[in-house]
This record gives sequence, structure tokens and C-alpha cells, in this order.
Amino acid sequence: MSIIEIAGLTKSYRVYQKQEGLLASMRGLFHRQYKQVHAVRGIDLKVEKGEFVAFLGPNGAGKTTTLKLLSGVITPTAGEARVLGHVPWLRENAYRRRFALVMGQKNQLWWDLPAQESFRLHQEIYRIEPRAFDQTRDELVDLLSVRPLLGQPVRELSLGERMKMELIAALLHSPEVLFLDEPTIGLDVIAQHNIQNFLRHYQQFRQITILLTSHYMKDIAALCQRVVIIAAGRIMYDGSLSGIIDRFSSHKIVTLQWAEGHLPGDLTRYGELLDATPPKARIQIRRDLVPEVLAAILANHPVDDISVEDPPLEQVIAALFSIAGEEAAQLEAAGQASASVPA
Amino acid sequence: MSSTTSPLTHAVRPDGPLARVRTWWTILRICLEERLVYRGDFMLGTLMRFLPVITQILLWSAIFDANAEASAASGVASDKPVMIAGYLYGDFIAYYLMTMITRAFSSMPGLASLIARSIRDGTIKKYLIQPVDMTGFLLLSRVAHKLVYYLVATIPFAVIFYLCRGYFLSGWPDPLTFLAFLASLAMSFLLGFFLDATIGMIGFWFLEISSLMFIYMLMSFFLSGQMFPLDMLDKFHLVGSVTWGDVVRATPVQYLAYFPAAVFLGKIQDTRLAWGLAMQLGWLLFFVWLCRSAFRRGVRRYSAFGG
Repeated sequence: MSIIEIAGLTKSYRVYQKQEGLLASMRGLFHRQYKQVHAVRGIDLKVEKGEFVAFLGPNGAGKTTTLKLLSGVITPTAGEARVLGHVPWLRENAYRRRFALVMGQKNQLWWDLPAQESFRLHQEIYRIEPRAFDQTRDELVDLLSVRPLLGQPVRELSLGERMKMELIAALLHSPEVLFLDEPTIGLDVIAQHNIQNFLRHYQQFRQITILLTSHYMKDIAALCQRVVIIAAGRIMYDGSLSGIIDRFSSHKIVTLQWAEGHLPGDLTRYGELLDATPPKARIQIRRDLVPEVLAAILANHPVDDISVEDPPLEQVIAALFSIAGEEAAQLEAAGQASASVPA
Repeated sequence: MSSTTSPLTHAVRPDGPLARVRTWWTILRICLEERLVYRGDFMLGTLMRFLPVITQILLWSAIFDANAEASAASGVASDKPVMIAGYLYGDFIAYYLMTMITRAFSSMPGLASLIARSIRDGTIKKYLIQPVDMTGFLLLSRVAHKLVYYLVATIPFAVIFYLCRGYFLSGWPDPLTFLAFLASLAMSFLLGFFLDATIGMIGFWFLEISSLMFIYMLMSFFLSGQMFPLDMLDKFHLVGSVTWGDVVRATPVQYLAYFPAAVFLGKIQDTRLAWGLAMQLGWLLFFVWLCRSAFRRGVRRYSAFGG
């Protein structure tokens, strides 16, 4: 049995559409226009024990909504989900003691007290055996090197230090499933790197199942074997990070270097000229034409060096997101006429 | 279902009454520590709370003085001390001091707005994700709040009561009355908590509840007997033998100030006392139920509407 099983999961809700201006606000007192928002439109997904899965998608794609559904904060409009055999939105204590959710933008620790007090509280509410608690806490504290900070009020910690404490608090009860919603948001490069290292180490060591959302490609590249791209509430891709390029990128980038130091004038006939700074030129060529075009270039020009690369991952994903965005807008527009109902 | 259980879950302690008590104790301890962080603000707040009582005492002393002068001017020589609505000057002072004690138990500053705010800004999620009951958690945090308050306020209270000891004309109540007073005081704390928490839960349906809070505070200030002893209203008849005093005493807010004070001062006795305590318990159970069911329904609505 999979650790996480989702079938046809759908979440839509209506939001109040306020028109601009005072007059419209007055009208809103009596007659309100609502808009149906389809945050998640029928997601199917299976995650096995020990997987580290990234949810990737533009803002508003439905990533956080999916995590909220799986952690039981919200109930779906339709569809099913089971995590560790539990239906999340029943919010049974038996389930709540087996998972954790960490949100990069939300603080769960006691602001005015040292983090160790929050840890104690977690020990009690999660019913952690004292020996197991001490062992897990010490292990986490050492892995994240925060021992000297344990006695300091949380409000005096830096954002990165606070995130480490949040992670410790979330992991004290040794959850089998961990949901991470943008855990490195707002952190500097070093802090991001520390958190990534920790998560990789911890996940490998404990073999827990992690679902992560992040906008930092580096987080995902460093941590996740599997990437699920969500856009407009649907899964667009499910596979490895490198597979995204194979699947969605239609071109290769060829970099050529000439011996004489000046470029031939008619390079545009081989493909789209991206950059031409003698002695180098970068040309974007359709994947299926690469062998043919390269042969032609080599036959016609005295090339000194040549390299063929995939376009940068960020670029492919950005293009993918913009296509998804357009599709979402079309879907919304199509659904608008029927979904927009007065109160 | 159990096939996915990993060996890690063996570190979990069994869930029983003892585990619950331990959890409550830890929450209480941590809330106490948190309250003590703000000791400066707390002390100032505690001392400021004595001001309204002093104002009330000065107001009534002016009224009694004016009455005494008026009767002297009218030439009616009387040895009888001035009484207003069956209260001597000393009775009024004793009454206000006792309502001050009751309010020290039943008032819940900031509770309803805290609940409404946590619904609005989403911090309430914590209670949906973690295996902890929000109402129970907030109740323990209020117990801690109160304990710290008593710690700070005991000395000023003692000084005021010592200075005003002469006004307690009927003296210390008998043990049974005193016991009834203590029971009523404890229930007034719980009733105050669940009443305020219920109002906070309205935040699930309306984003902003500050106007509602204002109306409630104003009403409860008058109807709970903080402004004047409620039996003063017994002179005003509504229909037949039913007085305004009866109407006001039918509301639950009288148990937040008037009732415990009146019990201590011996104004409510025998069957009326037993009936009053039973009614207070009834209101308490009603608001426990209302608060819990509002939370359940509210969470259902919250999780249906996006969270």
C-alpha cells in the first residue's frame, strides 16, 4: 500500500468579488457577487514510503491547497485521499501524531519563550516517551547546530535559526510523513543550503516520506528524486527533474567557437541565433534537426570547438508555467459564466 | 491500515488520563512562564484595575453626602443613617470590593478577540494539525493568566480590604455561605471563559467581531452588577409582581459579578442560594456546550471555505 494515495481530489470554493469603489462596497452590503475558484481540479497521485517528492508550480497553482488537504486543515469538494491509511480531514489524533506540516511563512513556536519550551510542549501533546524525546531532540539539535540557541527566546532568533527550530519542533515526534510548504522562503543562500543538507540527511537516514513545495529550483534539485508539476489545479508532469527537459524542451543549444576569431555572417539559417560574441556563437536548434544541422555547420565552417546543451531548467519550467497560466485563464473564462452566481 | 506503521511509532506513550493530566500541567507551566515574561506590563495593568473601584467609591460617597445634607436641610432630624435602595454607605463599598474580587475571576480580557484573530489570520490551523484541543488549551492558558494576576494583585487587594474592613458590616460569612461563595467564584471563572470563547467563535462566521464585543462588554457591565447592585432594580415593576431586577437576574451575566458578591454579603440565602448555584451551573454547562458546538461547526465551515 502506498503511503499517500490521492484519487480525483478536487477543491473549489467561492470568493467574494468586491468591485472597486465606495458605491460598489455599499451595494456589496445587500447583493454580493461570488466567484468560484477551482484550486485543485481532480488530482491523482501515489507516493511510496521513503520518497521525497517536490510540488512545483506557479503561485496559485494548488500546491499549498493540496498540502492543506493532506494535512486535514481543509476538506475537499470531491475525491479521496489516504495518508498512512487515514483520511486526513477526519483529523483523528492517531493520524495527527504521525505527520507534520511546516510552513515557511507561519510560526508555530512560542514567540516569547525559548524554543526548548515549545519542544517540551510538543513532547506532551504528541505523547513522546522521555527517552525517545531526549534522543531525537539531541540528534536534531546537533544536526542543525543550534544547541547554544535553545535557551534564547524565539523572537530573538534570526529567520534561518527560527526555521531550524520549527523543523526540530515538527520532527520531535518522528513523523512518518512530512509536508513542507516553502521551508526556505526568505532565507539567505547559506541558510538555504543548511536546511537542504539537513533535510537530505534526515530523509535518507529515517526513510520518511516528504512532500515539499518550493520556488527555489536549487531546493528541488538538491533534494527530490521526483517532481510533480501542478498548474491550474492539475498535474502536468510527474517524473524526474531531468525528465522535464526531455519532455517539454523542444530545442538544444549549440555553442560554436571559430578558430579565426570572427563569425560567419549567415548563422541564422541554422537556427535561432541567441548570442554572437566572436569567437563564439550560441544557436538554438530544434532537437530533431541537431545531427543534420551540426553536420552542415561542420561541412561549411572551420569550427574550433563545439558543445551541445539542454536549455536551462528554469527557462523550460518558466515556459511551461506560462503555458499553464494561459490554459488556466481559458478554463476560468469558460467556467465564469456558469459559476458566477449572486448570493 | 496498520501495515504502514513504522517502528518509530513505538516511541509514543499510551494515551490515557495520566498522559492528559501531564499535558495539561505542561501547558499550564509554559503559559505561566509566558505570562511572567510580561511582568512589567502585567503589574501596571493590575494596579490600574483598582482605579474604577476607587471612582465608584468616591461617587457613592458623594451621593450619600448629598442625601444626608438634603435630609438635614429639610429639617427632618433623624438618627437613622442614610439608606439608598436598602443599602447603607458601607454596604455599597463592601459590594464594590466584592464585585472587584468576582471580576478578578470572571473577566477574560482579550480572549474573544484572540480567538477571532486566530481564525482570521489562520493561526488556528495549528489546532487542526496538532493533536491538541483549542478550547482546553486556551482554558489552561487563562488559568495561568489568572494565577499570575493573583500573585501580583494579592498584596494590593489585601491592603484595600484591610483599610475597608469596617465597611463589611455583617462581618465574615458563616462557613457554608463561604463555601457557596467559593463554588460560585470558581463557576464564574469558567462561565466567563466559555461565554467569551463562544463570542470569539462567532469569528468563524463574521471576520470582524469588535463591534459585537463592544456591545457585549457594555451590556455585561450594566447587567452583571458592576455598575450597581442588581437588587436595586427590584423597585421597578415590569408586569405585575415581576420586577426589572427579576429580568436582569434571569441573564447569565449576573453570575459574572453580582451573584458571588451578593452570596458573600449574605444577601442570597437558603433555597434562593441553592437555586442560584444550580442556575449558575446550568448556564455554565449550556455555554460549555455552545462553545464546543460552535467550534465544531466553525471548523467545518472553515475547512470547507478554504482555510
